Amino acid sequence: MSVVDVARWQFGITTVYHFIFVPLTIGLAPLVAGMQTAWVVTGKEHWKRLTKFFGKLFLINFALGVATGIVQEFQFGMGWSEYSRFVGDVFGAPLAMEALVAFFMESTFLGLWIFGWDRLPKKVHLACIWLVAIGVNASAYFIIAANSFMQHPVGAKYNPETGRAELHSIWEVITNVTTLAAFPHVVAGAFLTSGTFVAGIAGWWMVRRVRQSQQNGDTTHIDEARTMWRPVAKLGMWVIVFSAVALAITGDIQGKLMFKQQPMKMASAESLCHTETDPDFSVLTVGTHNNCDSVDHLIEVPYVLPFLAEGKIDGVTLQGVNDLQAEYNAKYGPGDYRPNLFVTYWTFRAMITWMAGSLLLVAAGLWVLRRGRVPDQKWFAWLSLLAIATPFLGNSAGWVFTEMGRQPWVVAPNPTGDPNIHMTVQQGVSGVSAGTILTSLIVFTLLYGILAIAWFYLMKRYVVEGPEPAPTDDDTPKMTGEPVEKLSFAY
Amino acid sequence: MSLQVFWFLLVAVLFIGYFVLEGFDYGVGMLMPIIGRKSEVKKRVVLNTIGPVWDGNEVWLLTAGGAMFAAFPEWYASLFSGFYLALLLILVGLIARACAIEWRSKINDDKWRRWCDVGIGLGSWIPALAWGLAFANIVHGVKLNEKRQIEGNLFDLLHPYALLGGLTTLLLFLLHGAIFISLKTGGEVRDDAQAIIRKIFVPTALVVAVFGIWTQLAYGNGWTWIPLVAAVIGLVIAGFAATQGRDGWAFTGTALTILAATALLFGSLFPNVLPSTIDAAYSLSVDGRDGTISASSTHYTLVVMSWVAVVMVPLVLCYQAWTYWVFRKRLTMEQIPAPIGLPLESAKK
Repeated sequence: MSVVDVARWQFGITTVYHFIFVPLTIGLAPLVAGMQTAWVVTGKEHWKRLTKFFGKLFLINFALGVATGIVQEFQFGMGWSEYSRFVGDVFGAPLAMEALVAFFMESTFLGLWIFGWDRLPKKVHLACIWLVAIGVNASAYFIIAANSFMQHPVGAKYNPETGRAELHSIWEVITNVTTLAAFPHVVAGAFLTSGTFVAGIAGWWMVRRVRQSQQNGDTTHIDEARTMWRPVAKLGMWVIVFSAVALAITGDIQGKLMFKQQPMKMASAESLCHTETDPDFSVLTVGTHNNCDSVDHLIEVPYVLPFLAEGKIDGVTLQGVNDLQAEYNAKYGPGDYRPNLFVTYWTFRAMITWMAGSLLLVAAGLWVLRRGRVPDQKWFAWLSLLAIATPFLGNSAGWVFTEMGRQPWVVAPNPTGDPNIHMTVQQGVSGVSAGTILTSLIVFTLLYGILAIAWFYLMKRYVVEGPEPAPTDDDTPKMTGEPVEKLSFAY
Repeated sequence: MSLQVFWFLLVAVLFIGYFVLEGFDYGVGMLMPIIGRKSEVKKRVVLNTIGPVWDGNEVWLLTAGGAMFAAFPEWYASLFSGFYLALLLILVGLIARACAIEWRSKINDDKWRRWCDVGIGLGSWIPALAWGLAFANIVHGVKLNEKRQIEGNLFDLLHPYALLGGLTTLLLFLLHGAIFISLKTGGEVRDDAQAIIRKIFVPTALVVAVFGIWTQLAYGNGWTWIPLVAAVIGLVIAGFAATQGRDGWAFTGTALTILAATALLFGSLFPNVLPSTIDAAYSLSVDGRDGTISASSTHYTLVVMSWVAVVMVPLVLCYQAWTYWVFRKRLTMEQIPAPIGLPLESAKK
């Protein structure tokens, strides 16, 4: 394997791995903050139990998100030093802002939240988790602004003397239209993930509790299902509904942008090989798909694609992969400018299809929960558990599509921007040996593999264990100023 | 003062923040198995001295990295690709440490805790040694060629001056950590920490002094005598205060030493950011003076980033200081609650 191949695999593996945990963090922080707010406002004890329960899962997840995030901060310099030189003037700014504005905030206030249950006044403690929630979303904004610059460079000029892309408007970079579309899409995906996570776990627990009550012939468990799990399940389901709508809208906006900004990405997502007017939307194709010769469209739907591209049903001409390839050859010199057609085609479909998991959960959930009911159906417990995994898969598929769709570029040329700002992955990789990167690739993959197993084991154990039993006295007594017997939490 | 110089100072400040704050975190991580070798409760007291703050402390490193990328992309690119395997080691340590600290108490099982202790150990010993090694190499200069790439391999980084640098940060962080534990705990754990301070103080002071003087004589300039003297004064304060049981002063002393030692390194480096031992013309510097290569971003980028930094850094300092204030009380073994982790195997239903 060449240096660029190993470096791409490494960046891909570490980033996909990072983004397993990130959406759950982004989406769950506001939900936990919401649950704690519900407790502070209503004083209902079960909201506190839920805050602590989902808070524990949040922290298990947060640790791995942080750990894998550290690598990303340095990997640009390690594996992609030529790229870092070329765009550092522009790309470094959002990265440094992310650390200064968001990382400090989330990590510091998370520490206060974890250890501050009996040290801080109730409302200050609540403010801490909200600051964490704002911090994790702010960091997403900055890093997506950085990524969007690679997809659609704006706000920069090429300096032929230094051979670098130089920032000329930070405002343009952070209000890049690509960022404005991608950020809400990613956040909606994160909320879909956390909504499904919360609804799925609550759904499973409801069935479990109801069945326990039926077996024991008592009502304590069914009461818990009704008073505690049911409201939080509905909360999760409504989050799913809102985020699914937001995903569809923002996804459509993003798609329309991509047809304009990165036509090659969309052409390959559709396996559209030749420029056509009003092409059909491809639902299913067969073939090896790595090139246009083997593409065979089996099922196609008319009108959909023109609508996706420009919002009308006819009179839309879309460029095909082969024609774009010829055009790029003339513009940027000889080379292969086509992404992997198989991956872009299928990840685009997978991203959309995986959303069905969450939607199925909502549809079934709203039915079994109708008019105050608590479910006891085993199939619903299974569906709840299985649905939890689907948004994670959808998120990964979406990012793989976005990132592999811009290949072979690491900075894709902006059709209406400075024509000199573009770079291929080949040009962006570091001058280190393939063996060096292969070493780190193996090390990261093994380490991440072990940590993923531990993460899954911990999540599963804590979900199955459930919340701590309701306490006999109402509240953690505040003892600030007096000698505290035991800490409320210690590692 | 030009913006390039301002940003060089700011990167130095971020690394000072990182070393002063994570210095004791690494010390705590290294000392945890030593102080707690016979008692799990002691181990937990030691670990919990940094419980609420270690994550925020670590962000100083991420911010320093981000600041280098934004203000000196050439430095960021050459350094991190050139020190690839060394950085990989640090990253592995930091990953293991983050998960181990957060997950250690989640499962109530000796084997589980032993593995987490391995992670905390790796993540404390490796960076404590490696950062000194790395910075000594940066000050000493590396084989930076005309393509702005560092030649050679991991073993080229292991010359006597660099090894002494690694030993210096290792011992200094160990001492800093022991003093921090003494400051933050009461009872037996504090006694143990003070016993360790007594044992390691003299060797640490000697190594730091030799490294400091070597740095000054080989790479220093007129004004870097000031941080060198300040570092020594810090050590004297720390040593004297520690024998008197004045933990706050002792901590101030080692904090001053770390601050001054970092300032000495950055001062000796200036105006270069990465000197080349092949040819001075290949060296990267803050603004390309004396025929070197400028590592900096454009003026506009530096202006933008300066505004962000001028607003955010004081704010961060305020709320981090407040965090330390909230958790200012000493910890004792009596305050540690019983383990709340789940058993390794779930109970049979």
